[in-house]
Amino acid sequence: MHRVWAIIERDLRRFRRSFALILISMVMPLVQLVVLGYAFGGVIKNLKVGVVDQDHQVPAIKLHEMFQAVSVNAKTFTPIYYSDKATAIQDLRNGIISGVMEIPPDFSRKVLAGANPHIALIEDNTDQFAASALSANLSALLPAYNARPVEPRMTATATLDIVEVYPYVPYIQFLLPGVIVLAIFISAMIGGGIIYIDDKARGLHEGYLVTPIRKFELILGFTLSGALKAIIAGIVLITVGSIIAGIPDPLNPIRIAKMFILVVATALALISMMFLIMVRVNDPLVPRAIFGMLNTVLYFPSGAVYPTQSFPQWMKVITVIDPFTYAVHGFKQLVLKNTGLAAISGDLLFLFCFTAIAMSLATLLFKRTL
Amino acid sequence: MFDVEVENITKRFGDFVAVDGLSFSVGHGEIFGLLGPNGAGKSTLIRMMTTLVPPTSGTARINNFDIVRQPNEVRQSIGVIPQAMTSDLELTALENLTIFSKLYGISREQRKKNIPKLLEDVDLTQWADKPIKMFSGGMRRRLEIARGLVHQPKIFFLDEPTTGLDPVSRVSVWEMLARLKRERDLTIIVTTHYMDEADKLCDRIAIIDHGKLAALDSPLKLKASIPGKNILEVSFNGAPENWIETLRVLPEVADVKSHENVFRISSNNGPKTTVELLETARDKNVAIASLSVQSTTLDDVFVYYTGHQLRDALQAPSAAESPYMMKRGGGGL
Repeated sequence: MHRVWAIIERDLRRFRRSFALILISMVMPLVQLVVLGYAFGGVIKNLKVGVVDQDHQVPAIKLHEMFQAVSVNAKTFTPIYYSDKATAIQDLRNGIISGVMEIPPDFSRKVLAGANPHIALIEDNTDQFAASALSANLSALLPAYNARPVEPRMTATATLDIVEVYPYVPYIQFLLPGVIVLAIFISAMIGGGIIYIDDKARGLHEGYLVTPIRKFELILGFTLSGALKAIIAGIVLITVGSIIAGIPDPLNPIRIAKMFILVVATALALISMMFLIMVRVNDPLVPRAIFGMLNTVLYFPSGAVYPTQSFPQWMKVITVIDPFTYAVHGFKQLVLKNTGLAAISGDLLFLFCFTAIAMSLATLLFKRTL
Repeated sequence: MFDVEVENITKRFGDFVAVDGLSFSVGHGEIFGLLGPNGAGKSTLIRMMTTLVPPTSGTARINNFDIVRQPNEVRQSIGVIPQAMTSDLELTALENLTIFSKLYGISREQRKKNIPKLLEDVDLTQWADKPIKMFSGGMRRRLEIARGLVHQPKIFFLDEPTTGLDPVSRVSVWEMLARLKRERDLTIIVTTHYMDEADKLCDRIAIIDHGKLAALDSPLKLKASIPGKNILEVSFNGAPENWIETLRVLPEVADVKSHENVFRISSNNGPKTTVELLETARDKNVAIASLSVQSTTLDDVFVYYTGHQLRDALQAPSAAESPYMMKRGGGGL
């Protein structure tokens, strides 16, 4: 074991002196959490909607008041008034506004006559997120517009009562489990991929190979030292990341301890996977070239950003064998629901088995000679 | 009993034969030099002897252990300084030596005793706590030498230890090697491009070319083995086509080789041949562009046995080398 510790010591001493590496390992995932968390905040706001009122009567003015109320309160959109439709459409095409609300000339007459009044929403459907938010918001607005001044006390209309089991989860909190795993992955990619191959290309491994160290000791040393660095990144995310994301009681020692176990399991699984991929690679360009691809193939099918149930069948296959899936699932349980370890025992079992298999295969494939 | 016995060792990379059936032995306490042009097979030979590259056929016994069947025993017996710098630039000299001691399984007590002595031996005591990225090329080389000796090996392999160093550092490294050999009772096997160094320091020299042994003996005997005591290196303006034949029949000439317009004349009596050469050139109306006369050196031995100067050769695609391998310069297979 002393040889394994020598490899770990060498790696950690180098890590300690590499400011850039520490920065990438610890700060970058936090930056990613903040930027992604707020960029994809989950609620679309401040869209500009052109309003072309060709009616100008009281029922139309009531609509204007409702638009103003939305712009002040929910802030989903801000109305911009146009005197003619052609200019509004032109601005829509030029991307100045996201939609055009047209109130036709006979709107008020039809409202008062009860003759199926219509308003039109012309939207820029090249931006599906904005278009969906706009149409959903305006569709929700119309029942309020149509509501009678006084509702009858009893109705035959069925309604849906929604009960939320957990407090409201902002998107930044939903994102945190995925970002924790991503931070561990970035560390594994740097430690187990880029630095490992760079050291090999620089001839540092030749120094190891002339000593009496065994294959398994080398792989174990590389895996443990890489995992330790990845664990450091994971710890930063489960503490500082939780504080930034606004997780309730973020520094609860029991919660931290449970998450730490999952951080260790995730770090071991990802670093051993990385060594398995890189064990026969000699070209330093390879880890850099496949970094983006691996990130995409592992991160997105894991359910970190979108529910896995809606994936096509071929992508579900990746989801099943992807260690990210189990790590993300586990962190979701611990971060968002504060469950016990029993709820993630399947995830832990998969990650530890994955580590054992990947390390065994890497040892088998590792060449003790140049 | 020999410390190193190489038996008909061969290494092929696809169709390319890097080392072709080499056999030789190295006795205890020898400094044994491997000379050869780039691509001759020196580094591949060293890598096979140090268990870094498996031989295609044949074998070698190092400290009486077989490199194929007992690689770990071989590794415990040898110190190796490969061509590439294998120390960590970010770590201090002391840390590098400590970590490598641990890799060899040296106990803490032994490390406490060995490492300060090693640092002293390579004149790096005052730099022990500095990261080696601050070191000059010569200091790094000395540290690597110390690193190769942390486990007190019996046999020390060095692959071009002085390539890329300035002349002062080169002398310092060689003096250090000679001293370490005496003090630590080492057998040293070294490859180099510097003939003068090999001449002064090696007990025996093997000249390797195209993976084969071209010559093997002490520097003195190698120099005596080639014709002539002096070498005249001369170039002419307006030399006729059969000029080499004219030179061959000059008095005391043992051999003449030509490359482009330069003629290397081996003579048993340099001054006499020079006088005759000048007269012949004047009589035949051939102008002498340049002329030098020198005693036979190892360079001449090398040229005689390999038929060429140290040349650049197409390197075989060794498994050991990626296109990004950082080298100190020169070198090859």
